[in-house]
Amino acid sequence: MPGKVHVQSNINGEDTDFLCEPRQSLLEVLRDVLSLTGTKEGCNDGNCGACTVIMDGRIVDSCCVLGVEAQGKQLTTIEGIASADGLHPIQQAFLENASLQCGICTPGFIVAVKALLDREPKPTEQRVRHWLAGNLCRCTGYDKIVRAVLDASEKIQASPR
Amino acid sequence: MTTSSFEYFAPTTLGEAQTLLSQYGGDAKIVAGGHSLIPTMKIRLAEPKYLIDLGRISELSYIREQEGGIAIGAMTTYYQIESSSTVRSRYLALAEASGEVADMQVRNKGTIGGSLAHADPAADLPAVILALEGQISLASSGGQRTLVADDFLVDTFSTALGDDEIIAEIRIPALPANTGGSYKKFGNKASHFAIVGVSAIVTMSGGTCQRVRIGITGAGPRAVRGRSAEAVLEGKEPTGSNLAQASEQAAQGIDFLGDIHASEEYRAHLTRVFTRRALEEAISRAR
Repeated sequence: MPGKVHVQSNINGEDTDFLCEPRQSLLEVLRDVLSLTGTKEGCNDGNCGACTVIMDGRIVDSCCVLGVEAQGKQLTTIEGIASADGLHPIQQAFLENASLQCGICTPGFIVAVKALLDREPKPTEQRVRHWLAGNLCRCTGYDKIVRAVLDASEKIQASPR
Repeated sequence: MTTSSFEYFAPTTLGEAQTLLSQYGGDAKIVAGGHSLIPTMKIRLAEPKYLIDLGRISELSYIREQEGGIAIGAMTTYYQIESSSTVRSRYLALAEASGEVADMQVRNKGTIGGSLAHADPAADLPAVILALEGQISLASSGGQRTLVADDFLVDTFSTALGDDEIIAEIRIPALPANTGGSYKKFGNKASHFAIVGVSAIVTMSGGTCQRVRIGITGAGPRAVRGRSAEAVLEGKEPTGSNLAQASEQAAQGIDFLGDIHASEEYRAHLTRVFTRRALEEAISRAR
């Protein structure tokens, strides 16, 4: 039985050390080892996007990434989106546009949207839908989510942080 | 849903990976982006004792011009291919197919080498690589060999890759002048896997289709060349009836899959329709 591996990464701006078995996914490590339970498990096979995190600037499904792969990587999870001052404009826009019901998909959506707006501050609706094709929502549907993204884009333009 | 236990290695050079693979052979699996293998391991269809992760081998991630064509390192991601100006300007169909794989999360991790090694019968890239007559360069501690994609792909999830071999590079040969390419697919709405996907690469000379290459994925147990359809159109003008005849021929000889997503008959129909669409787009781009 292989032992645990020592991994060092930067999670939400903090240097973080953890021990994990090679077979533990990054999702399991975040939730069960580091108690960062904001990242959700949906399908656990790379279809639904509920477990989306940002790794070295790009969104990935953390269920299909091994914890050991996080060695030396920069990670952003849903816990790293809001600041000490309050919710991020993306989160605020999701609330104001009623873009969630059960909420399981919401962290994955917000993290994916953060990565989009960091790269492309003014995406078209089509671009938003294409970017979010890997995030599935089974209750609210997509319209309110897309509206929230466009709304957040405008809000961020109006008052850049 | 958790994988079996395994020992994990993250070599930083291809040579190191080859040494590990020659040591552990059949008990080891190579992991590239992990978006096919890790889910396969979770449902215990694969239970390697040793996992060799190529993710830290930077020498396997590149797109460069070579001998008039391009060479793509096996660990180059779909995202890197879809956003490469070299690929986009010279092999648009390959860039477009890469941009249609699954979703952004998968394209950020999934690799061209991983796609070929996994040989999913519904993967997008094999269709385009077949139509472009791509070559797969395999490395082992014993040396290198290169196979054309048609010889590399054997069956569903089965390739010519030996236990001690690693895909190192995919080479796409130069295309003649006046060549256009296309990839058209009918994707599964949830996974975006191709229910049927067809790539056509057509070289025009005057008003005739001088050279036609077709790759078809999703339809049968493995991605295949549409050779009889190619033969119908080569040397002919792309008239409506010639295109219809070629598209009809594309469905010949394929042992169509039938499942909950599409029956055998429907996949045959989609093969004809998407061959026609891919041919039309390739021809319009070649002019």
